[in-house]
Amino acid sequence: MTEPSRFTWLSRLLHWLTAALVFASLFIGFVMVNSVGSYAGLVALHKTLGVVILVVVLVRVVNRLTHRPPPLPAGVGALERKVVLLSELSLYALLLAQPLLGWAMVSAAGGPVAVFGSLRLPRIAPFDAQLFWVLRQAHSVVAYALMAAIAAHISAVLLHTLTLRDRLIERMTFRFRSKAERSRLG
Amino acid sequence: MAEPSEPSEPPGRWGTARPGRRDVLRGAAAVGAFLAVDLAAFLTANNWLGPARLTPRRFLDGFNTAFGRHHGYRTNHAKGVSVAGWFDSNGNGRELSTAAVFAPGRTPVIGRFSAAGGNPHTADAAAAGRGLGLAFGFPGSQQWRTAMLNLPVFPDNSPQDFYDRLAATALVPGTGKPDPSAMTRFLAAHPPSARALTILKQHPPTPGFADSIFRGLNAFYFVNESGVRTPVRWSLTPLQQALPPSSGPNALFDPLVAQLRGGPLRWRLMLTVGAPSDPTDDATLLWPADRRTVDAGLLTLDSVATESKGNARDINFDPMVLPPGIEPSDDPLLSARSAVYAASYRRRTGEKTL
Repeated sequence: MTEPSRFTWLSRLLHWLTAALVFASLFIGFVMVNSVGSYAGLVALHKTLGVVILVVVLVRVVNRLTHRPPPLPAGVGALERKVVLLSELSLYALLLAQPLLGWAMVSAAGGPVAVFGSLRLPRIAPFDAQLFWVLRQAHSVVAYALMAAIAAHISAVLLHTLTLRDRLIERMTFRFRSKAERSRLG
Repeated sequence: MAEPSEPSEPPGRWGTARPGRRDVLRGAAAVGAFLAVDLAAFLTANNWLGPARLTPRRFLDGFNTAFGRHHGYRTNHAKGVSVAGWFDSNGNGRELSTAAVFAPGRTPVIGRFSAAGGNPHTADAAAAGRGLGLAFGFPGSQQWRTAMLNLPVFPDNSPQDFYDRLAATALVPGTGKPDPSAMTRFLAAHPPSARALTILKQHPPTPGFADSIFRGLNAFYFVNESGVRTPVRWSLTPLQQALPPSSGPNALFDPLVAQLRGGPLRWRLMLTVGAPSDPTDDATLLWPADRRTVDAGLLTLDSVATESKGNARDINFDPMVLPPGIEPSDDPLLSARSAVYAASYRRRTGEKTL
């Protein structure tokens, strides 16, 4: 079997960076709203993670629009290709929407939007308690949607890799060659 | 890009080769294991798995048990009026903090006088705690919010103690009154709260809102230009007498509103400078009376309004909304207040009053 083609080095790095940041941010988000003693510290961390995710995802959007992804394994049929595209689009949309919703809801409650300790971002929504509530509810709905979309994404890659054995996951992994391999490849 | 060269069946709608049974099991097991871990992490994060913890939700339920459920109002300090004015800084505070509010000059202020308790229609009682929430420079990026009380110390020094005290005040069905033995049992089991109660009894409340000293109670760290961190507690010292209490259910709010309509009310913002030995994590303890104070300027409140859209009603007086130059201390009440206020704000902003 030939070596499957991979995403660019930058694309793979951004993907795994997003994965770690989003996992941490979702987990902290669910923990903090149910905690009393660690709430304040976790909220500060959650906001900072959110703004980092927003920057990383914006870079990814530009990267995605300027780079063609490697082809899917040949076994992926026409209908599944549509599903793949749709799920990729939804993940990008959710990942962009979620930090913006968080930023907007803090703004609608009157701010300040504090990140990285003492940095203050501008407010992006008017002070309006009802608007805050709508944005706050949306922030939770999108959190659940993100959880579901990410679970579906990971399940699909696991099934492809372990059941169909089409090495789908290798498009996104880093291959660490041994010294011997490197010298053999010259 | 070359297609895989090995012979395969023509691609169908869902792919090529039919996987063997072992491959199906392998994939299903991996997906099952992943989803199980994912779900367990999610349930643990949401406090649905693992040991029961004190959550903001339980505080809201505790207040509702004690005071009833009143849609659209704050869960505690439900009764209040919105006020506005300004703070004239004299620049003295800069010695302790770089916060913009302490630079010489004027900062607009939105505030809210309130009565402790979760019933917005309660009759005013002299003994009930009086609150003053302030938002300096709202809604700017350097804003500072604080929620103060007319008490010398806070009755409890931990979120759990506060929750236990709340539970001890719950009304007994049938009598409609709290069980007095519950409070006796609570005080016996919580020595810091019992000590605080002794201090509170030595400081009876003044006749009204206008002559009350309001205190921040929790300690904070002020950070100045040289990076020096100083423990500070702040308070507001009144510069006027209060009108005497009126009769009727608004015995304290009516004179306050009348007084504000007649002219501005003023308080001096005093910063008490803590020594390294002073407790920063225990709001039930007084600091020694001889601690140095810095007069940071004059708070003037000159307008009053019923709570409505866009005024203090819609502000969460979260004590963790601090400008650069003021930092939280290790007092566990700060994070708990922030958490419970946020839960209350989220719930009430989605509800209609009346």
